[in-house]
Formats: sequence, structure tokens, C-alpha cells
Amino acid sequence: MNRYRILLPVVSLAVLLGLTFWMQPRAMSYFGVNLLFNLAVPIALATVAQMFIIMVNDIDLSIGAFVSLAACVTATWLNDAPLIGLLAMAALILAYAGMGAVIHALELPAIVVTLGMSFVWGGLALFLLPTPGGAAPEWLRAIMKVKPPLVPMAVVAALLIAGVTHLLVIRAGLGTVLRGVGGNPRALTRAGWNVMQLKALAYAGAGLFGVLAGMALVGLTTAADANIALRYTLLSIAGVILGGGEFTGGKVSPVGAVIGALTLTLAASFLSFMRLSPDWQIGAQGAILILVLTARLIFARRGETT
Amino acid sequence: MSLAGMTSKPWIWAWAAAALAFAATLVLTQGRGAGELAYAALSFGAFAAIVGLGQMLVITLGPGNVDLSIPATMTLAATLALKFMGSDPGTALPGLAIALAVGLGVGAANFALIFLLRLPPIIATLAASLIYQSLAIWSNRGLRIKPPTGLAEFATGRFLGLPNVAWVGLALALMVWVLLERSLWGRWLLASGQNLRAARLAGVPVEAVRAATYLAVAVFAALAGYLLASFSGGAALNMGAEYLLMSIAVVVIGGSSIAGGNSNVPGVWGAALFMFLVVSMLNSYGAAAGVRNVLTGTIIIAIVIAASSRRARI
Repeated sequence: MNRYRILLPVVSLAVLLGLTFWMQPRAMSYFGVNLLFNLAVPIALATVAQMFIIMVNDIDLSIGAFVSLAACVTATWLNDAPLIGLLAMAALILAYAGMGAVIHALELPAIVVTLGMSFVWGGLALFLLPTPGGAAPEWLRAIMKVKPPLVPMAVVAALLIAGVTHLLVIRAGLGTVLRGVGGNPRALTRAGWNVMQLKALAYAGAGLFGVLAGMALVGLTTAADANIALRYTLLSIAGVILGGGEFTGGKVSPVGAVIGALTLTLAASFLSFMRLSPDWQIGAQGAILILVLTARLIFARRGETT
Repeated sequence: MSLAGMTSKPWIWAWAAAALAFAATLVLTQGRGAGELAYAALSFGAFAAIVGLGQMLVITLGPGNVDLSIPATMTLAATLALKFMGSDPGTALPGLAIALAVGLGVGAANFALIFLLRLPPIIATLAASLIYQSLAIWSNRGLRIKPPTGLAEFATGRFLGLPNVAWVGLALALMVWVLLERSLWGRWLLASGQNLRAARLAGVPVEAVRAATYLAVAVFAALAGYLLASFSGGAALNMGAEYLLMSIAVVVIGGSSIAGGNSNVPGVWGAALFMFLVVSMLNSYGAAAGVRNVLTGTIIIAIVIAASSRRARI
């Protein structure tokens, strides 16, 4: 089943990429591809973060605000005083784990708690950076600008993110148990697992990737502001679903999530190649989302009949 | 606790919290400006209440039902209506008709995606909202058209001491309350939200109920957008942005169950007033924007925790 789940995202990205190259052959180069996918790296990381939450049947409406906060921490503390910056990042990840534990222990709806937390993250970000500014740490900018031979950095990063999260979530034993939290938490409790700890762990994973997304974003933009990544909340949910994930049952695909993020990024820049007005960039992401999900429906129906 | 006690009480907490925030602000000003504060809360609260009522109906439909396209619908309806009216006097009613038509169109499109493509409502309304947003950007082109003076005067005016927008919001709340509590459709909606399968087996036209609900939320959002643009002197592309979280927050703080099947109309108004009053309270205590947001978020979560532990485990 998992193998087919990944097929559709791969095909849709390939088709979109093929169309882009066909319309603008010059994009088919080292720099072209890098330009197309550069901004996809933080989005892919944020999508993986969202995937950790959707994996345990919750939904995170705060990831955009959280990535913005992580970006602000990166552009201020991590740059000025690396040790304090790292401690702050660790605290943010712990806060996410705590959020997961509280949501589970008090049986709170995640959608509301994360909504409340989005105000908290946004407030903290404003507190750190009342006006846009700050600066990216030198080493971070260097990492994001590195030019590996043959394949551009953005592609290497995407492969790396997909590979690592695939190992963590699909291959590793703990990842399987974590997906079980979304699938059948009662069975896990019977098997002797502490579901609260597992949920905290899943949220910590989301926090970790959220922090990484913020750092990657600042590495690219070299500055931050408190609203820099707010749109990531919706993009990340869309990316997870586009990549074959489902809202319930722990059915997620890390590789699919990364591909979903790449597809959404490409959908936005695709229009500029079609010489359509940039007004439609956001709409194109919506249209691609609907198209791919329609295709999924058709495949699913065919699967039922055969 | 009896079932009636559990379902009828939750709205008290939103109103109590609003009263507390109101009183805390007045302590600082030593009672001065109470009328102005209440008036402002009713004006700004009205927009949150109108979109909140719509969101409440959708959330009542049960787990997974939520409309993420409210901000885009508000912006699109306001943009198209104002563009049509073009500040000409006497166009307010056709403009309203256009806004409501946009609402109906958006609602129908959303439900078509949900019903025909079997998309989860979250993802359907999210994807569609991206398209509505693009439509609004495309038709607006950065213009800021002023609403006709008569309409602007209505939106900022008052009647019997209350803001006109609040009257609209109250009338809608009354209508929704009557529909939910006294009409067959309302019973169907609650039944669908409590157990979709059981409702279907009992002969409730579940899909018709869902369709009507998604139309209603979009029409409410469109009306709120039309009024907000008239109130604030024009449509802006980001005018709806804060109402995504706001619409969900007022539903939950108002005591409706996020799991569906249980809605609470008075609570939505109480929570809408509270959301405005808490910000103005923090403002008058001199809290900076950052601190204000952190406290707002903390208060939302605190209320949700309080509400969930009070409601016991059912």
C-alpha cells in the first residue's frame, strides 16, 4: 500500500517539472533548478514538522507562527550569542513536547491548543523582533549557499530531509510505534507503551523540524520578521496531504511530504514561466492541490473496482 | 451533572470572561469611558460574531468539519462588491446582493469539492481559499475603492445606542438560534454532528444538511466582509487574515464542542466581545504587541482547559 501511496506525488511532481522544463528549457540547469527549489527547503522542513503532528491524528495551526519565531531566534540570539540561541531552540522543542503531553493528558482538541499557541509564538517573535531585521549567522548562510557538484543544494537538501525522515518514521521501530499512536492508541496502551510520552515525542519531532525550518529560512533570506512564515501553516497541511498523507490513522509518508512541499513551491513559480500574472501564484497552488487530489480519487476508485 | 445543565451552561464562561476583561479595563480608567468601550466592543465584536456563527454551524457538523476559506471569502466578497459599487451612491443594496452571491458561489464550490471529490473539508476549503485569494488579488489590483457614503454611514452608525453592525450580528445570532433550537433543520444539523451514520440511517438528509451548512458559513463570511469593508473605508487584501483563527477561537471559547454536535449561540457573542475586550484591556495596561499576543494565546488555552475539565468526560 505504502508503495502506491508515494506513486501519485512522484508522478505529479515529475509532470509539473516536465512542463516547466518544456516551457523554459533554460530552467533545466544547475542554477535554474536551484532557483526553482531554493525556497522549498524551509517549506519542506515545515511540512515534515506538520507531518509529525498529523501522524498522531492531530493538526497544528501554529507551525507557521512557530517557524517565524524560530527564524527570529536564529536572526537574533543564535547570531549574537550562539549558546543562548541553541538553548532557546532546545527550549522551543521542549515546549512543543510539553504541548503534545498536555493535549494528550487533558484530552484537549489539538486544533484549539495549537491555535492558542500560535498567538503565543507570534507574540514572542514580536517581542524578539518588533521590526523586521536581525542577521543570519555566517555559518548558516554558508550552508544554505553551498554549491555541491552536479546537483544543486536545494535538491541535495530535499533528498537528505526525505531520507532522514523516512529512516526515522518508516524504518525505525520507534517511528512505527509513533505511527501507531495515530492508528490505534488503545492497542499501544495495551502493549505497555506510554502514549503520552509517545505523543510528546511526536510533537518534539515537529518542534525540531520547525526549528530547522526557521533556521533554513533565515539562512536563505538573511533576515527575519515576526510574520515571515505565517503562510507555512496552510502550505504544510497541504503538502502533507498532497504527499499522500491522511488526517487520521497515522497514514503519512515523509518522502511524500517533502515531494508535496516541492510540488507546491514549483506550482507557484510555474506560472511565471507561463507568463501568467503573478496574481495567480497562490491560486495555482490551490488548483494543483485540487487536481492531484482528484487524481488520487480516480486511482482509489479504480483500486476498488479491480 | 444533568445533560441539560452541561449543554446550557458553557456560554456563561465566555460572558463572565468578557465582563472580567471589561471590569479590569475600567478599574484602570476609574470607570471613565465605559460606554465608549462597550460600544467599540460591540462594533468590532460583531464581525467576529458573524463569522463565528458560520464557523460554529460547520464545526457542529462533527469532527473534521471546519471552514478555512473564511478570510478569503470575506476579502473576495468585499472586493467584488466594492468594485461594483465604485463609491456611487444608491448602490449599497446591489453591492450587498453581489457580496451574498459571492458567498453562495463560494459555499457551493466548497461543498462541491467536499461532496464530489470526497476531499476532507479542511483540505477542500484550504485549497479553494487559495483560489479565492488569487481571484481577489486579480480583481482588486491594489485599488482601494471607498464604499458609498450612505453605506459607510450605516456601517459606522448607531441605532437606539447600539452600533448598526451589532444589530446585524444580533439579528443573525437570533436567527441561527431559532434555526438550531426550534427548526427541523437545526435538529438535523445537531443529529448529523453527533453521529453521522445514525442520522443517515434515521432518514436525515445528511448531505443536504451539510450543503446548507457550507453555504451558510460562506454567506455569513461574505456578509461580514461586506460590512467590514464598509466599516473600515474599503477592502484590503489582508482584511480577513485575522478572522481565520478568530472564527475558530470564538466558537470554542463560546462553549461549543469542537467535536461537533453541540453548538452554543450566546457563547459566540460572549467570546467575540471577550476577544476584543481582552486586547483592549491589555492595551490599556500598556502591554506591548508581543506581550499582548502571548497573554491572549495563554488565556485562550486556559479557557479551553477550564472548559474541558468542567465538561467532564462524556
